[in-house]
This record gives sequence, C-alpha cells and structure tokens, in this order.
Amino acid sequence: MARQETDKDVGARPHVMQRLLDNPFLLVFLGVTMPTVLYLIWGIMEITQIPLAPS
Amino acid sequence: MASIAVPGRQVAEERFRTCPDTGLEVHAKAETLIRVNVLTAVVFLAVGGLFGLLIALTRWQAIHLLPAEWFYLLLTAHGAAVLIFWIMFFEVALFYFTSAVVLNSRLATPMIAWVAYVMMLVGALVATVAVLQGNSSVMFTSYPPLQAAPHFYLGLILFAVGMLLTCFIFLGTLVVAKDEGTYEGSIPLATFGGLTGAIIMIFTLASGAIILIPTYLWSLGIISTIDPLTYKLVWWGLGHSSQQVNVTLQVVVWYTIAALVLGARPLSEKVSRTAFLLYILFLQLASAHHLLVEPGLSSAWKIFNTSYAMYLAVLGSMIHGMSVPGAVEAAQRRLGHTKGIFGWLREAPWGNPAFAGMFLSLVLFGFLGGISGVILGTEQINILMHNTLYVPGHFHATVVCGTTLAFMAMTYLLIPIFFQRDLAFPKMAKWQPYVFGAGAAGISLFMMGAGTLGVARRHWDITFTDALISFDYPATAFFMLGLNGLSALVAAAGGVMYVVVVFGSVFAGKRRTAAEAKSNPIAPGAVALRTYGSEGTLKLPGTIVLVSVFFIAFALYYFINWRFLAGIWTMS
Repeated sequence: MARQETDKDVGARPHVMQRLLDNPFLLVFLGVTMPTVLYLIWGIMEITQIPLAPS
Repeated sequence: MASIAVPGRQVAEERFRTCPDTGLEVHAKAETLIRVNVLTAVVFLAVGGLFGLLIALTRWQAIHLLPAEWFYLLLTAHGAAVLIFWIMFFEVALFYFTSAVVLNSRLATPMIAWVAYVMMLVGALVATVAVLQGNSSVMFTSYPPLQAAPHFYLGLILFAVGMLLTCFIFLGTLVVAKDEGTYEGSIPLATFGGLTGAIIMIFTLASGAIILIPTYLWSLGIISTIDPLTYKLVWWGLGHSSQQVNVTLQVVVWYTIAALVLGARPLSEKVSRTAFLLYILFLQLASAHHLLVEPGLSSAWKIFNTSYAMYLAVLGSMIHGMSVPGAVEAAQRRLGHTKGIFGWLREAPWGNPAFAGMFLSLVLFGFLGGISGVILGTEQINILMHNTLYVPGHFHATVVCGTTLAFMAMTYLLIPIFFQRDLAFPKMAKWQPYVFGAGAAGISLFMMGAGTLGVARRHWDITFTDALISFDYPATAFFMLGLNGLSALVAAAGGVMYVVVVFGSVFAGKRRTAAEAKSNPIAPGAVALRTYGSEGTLKLPGTIVLVSVFFIAFALYYFINWRFLAGIWTMS
C-alpha cells in the first residue's frame, strides 16, 4: 500500500532539477531522444523529401 | 585483500581490497578489467601513433616517405587505432573506475564485461587486419561508394556491440551501488560525468549500428546500394558523437586528477552537473557541423543543430573550462599558496606528470581545440576551412592535446592505484607530458595553419605531380607541413616515453607497499573525489584573468575569420 505523503515529506523533497540529475534512466532517455529526434529523424525526413532526378 | 560482506541484500561474497593511496574499496574483478583495458589501449596507441608518424613524414614534402597506396592505407589504420581503439579501451577502464571504484561498489556482471572485452579486442583486430590487407583504405569515415572488405565493417560492429555492453554494465553498476547502499545521496561528480559519457556513447553506438549493419550487408552484396547522404548523416551520429564521449571523459579526468592530487572540489557541484546535463542534451547535435556544406539538408536543420544547440554544449565546456582551473586555484589557496594572482599556479605540482598532463590538456584543448571547433561549427565560416587540413588540425587539438594527454596523465595515477607499482623512470615520466604536449600542439597548430592556406586534407601529394591541372600552394604551406612533421617527431618521442613508462612500471616497476602508499600517497585528496561538495568560492583572481585571456583570444580569432570570409566574398 502506498504511503501517504505528509507536509514534512513535501518540504523535504529535493528540487526538480536535483531529482532530474539524480535519475540516471531519465537522463538516458533524454540524452538518446534529443539527438535522435533533432538530428537523426529530422535530418532523414529532409533527405527523404529531396526530389529524385528525372530518369 | 579483505572480503567485505555487502550490506542490504544477499549477494555472492565479493573480493575487495582497500586502496592505501585513496582509501577506496576496490572490487578485485573491476580492478583486473581496468588493468587489462588500460594495457590494451596503450598497445593500440603505440601502433596507431607509429602509423601517424609515418603519415606526418609523408605530408612533409621534402621527405614524402610513403607511396600513395600506403599513405591512404595507414591513414585509415591510424584513425581506427588511435581515434577508436586506444581511446575507447581507455574509456572502458574509466567507466569501471568511475562506477564501481568511485562508488565503493562491486562491478555489475563482470563476466559480461569480459565478453565485452573479447568482442572489442576481436573486433579491433579484425578491422585492423582488414585495413592492413590493403583492400579497405576507406579512411575513418568509410563514405560510400568507397567500399571496404566485409570483415572491416564486421570488426567495427563487433567492437561497437562490445562497447555498448560496457555502457549497460556502467548503468547496472549504478543500480547495484544504489541497491546495496555503497553511497548516500547523489552520485559523485566523477560518476555523474561517467554517466554522461555512457549516455552519449549509447546514442553514438546506436547510430553506428543503424548505418554500419546495412553497410556490411552492402559489402556482402545483399543490399544493392547505400545512399551516401543518409550514410553521412547517420554515420556522423557515430563519428562525431564518439568524440563528444572523449570530451566528456577527458573533463571527468580533469576533475578526477584535480581532486586526487590536490583535494580540489568543483566550484559548484550543481553548476558542474548542469554543465554535464548540457552535454547530455545538446552535445551530440554538433555532429551536424560535418554536413554544413551538404545541399540536401536545410539551413534550419543545420543552424538549429550547430549554431543554437551546439552553443549550449559549448557553454557546458566553458563552465568546465572555468570550473577546473578555478577548483585548482581554490584548493591551492586553501593549501596556503596565496601569493599574488598566480602564486597558486607557480607553486602547483608541475613535477607531477598527472597534474602537468591534466593542466596542459585543459589549456591546449580550450585554446586550440575549443576555439577552432566553434569556427568549424559556424555555417558561414566553416566554408573557409571545410575539407582542408584545418579539420584534422582541429581534431588533433581536441583528441590528442585534449583527450590523449588527459588519459596519459590519468595513467600516472592508475598505475600506482590499480597495478600497485611505483612509476618506473620517474624523470622520464616527469618530462613526458611536456614533450608530448609540445609535439601535439605543434601538429595541431601547423595543420590548422596549412589548412587556412587551403591545403586539402587526406591528400598524398600537394605538389600535384603529373596532375593534368597543376596548382601551386604558397611556400608557407610547405613550411607548415615541414613543421608539422617536426612536431610529429617530438610527439612521437613523447609517445615512446609514455609507452616505456607504462610498460616499464607495470612489468618491472617497484611494488608499492601499503606502508609506502601511506607515507607518500599519490592521491591525498581522494575524499574529494568520492563525496559531494563544492569549493563554494569565487575569489579566484588568477582563474578570472586566465578565463578573460581565453575569451579575448576567442573573440579575436572569431572576428579574424569573419574578416577573412568578408575578404573572400566581396560584395558589390
């Protein structure tokens, strides 16, 4: 059963930035997703839109 | 070697020893893997460095040592041996060091770590043999339609899969350490930097798999064609991002050496971690600067990935570039070296090869590699130097002056800590970073100089003997290539000194006893490495002067290149 958060727990909760830095798997997700979307997928989308030369 | 029962959960009892130099609990299996990966890395550095010297002596037109076929063959082998194999084997050792050792933990799945090592070694040997057989002289980039022998690609794929396994072992070790309570709170900064490197490495190797597997099938005739532009795009996700792992782990080494030798802590843990976060989010996007002259990609894609995202990663590097010397200055002042603005720097341990190599790496990387990297990453001024010798000049500043020198410096601490040997030939070790640093800086500067004069990269003969259309480079270009050759000789001397010290120490060095380690510790500040904490001061007049000099140099050189461009592209 989940434990209910008390006011004290909320007050002791680290800053969101600290929680991000302390979460290695969220960092893995961000570090792989960002370049995959912005560099690879966006780039490949542009290449696929280059018209073929007339045969 | 004591056996430590790991608290918190039932696990097979693991063998640990307490390192007398650092006080760290060293997992025996992690230690063996670190040793083996470091030595393998040094062998590849020795072989690849020899190839590099032969190439530089061929570019020196007065000597012009190698015939054309051998020049391109050894240029490919040099790139693979030093840019991939030397650096990545060493990075595996750093992954295990910054995870298991710094966290006082056991290494996750040591058996898989051995599988990874064997895959990497076999892959590296197969790819090297493929190149030396003479039918895979496709350069580091191996752009289609150039086609190598199938086993060249197969070797690289094997190596990459092995390396990918080490990233998962790093992440697994973080889980083990947290689960078994070997540390409290946030992971130490060096481990966070290692995590950053592992994350970038995962993207890097995934890109490599996406493009190298179809290219391997193409070399076997199973796939009829590989689109060259798609190949370039995806391949640079591997080719440049792997260099970003190097940058990240070299920064980790800077912090680590400053901590171990001087007890230096970062100026602000939060700021340094945020700088690593900028690397995680943006550093890989700089791969786009290799495609700035490709007509098939839009300016929006190019400018976003370089002139916006890349600058955020550069901001991260600038933060580290201020934080590391700042941490050194703060530590030195805390230790009593407070005379004047630069007393801390004058009285720094310049006779300690670990510190000297680290600081030279920091300065040369920043001034030569960092500034030239921003020039090449700017779409407009990139065109001035694109595909000239300036490009290898730049990456010799980052990978040789920066990463290789930092890794060499780190070796001088790894030998006493993990091989438990004193450095053999201590005088040679003391001079080695200066000799190698001077040679590497010369290589970088003179190649960038020749590139600024328009000398093409990957070109065997700049006199264009027997060419139908002749072209004369200015005499200064030949002079630059001569100086490049001389610098390569100096760097090679520094490389030989390094190899002699490493193998001399490991196989014939005096065994370091616990009593000696306690009376003369090589890492008195180890507690700063494994705990969270900041120097928490900005009273750093020396660092502020150094950083100001850097910014002035940066702004001036940036302006000069725009002025140069304006002189070439006159508008009426």
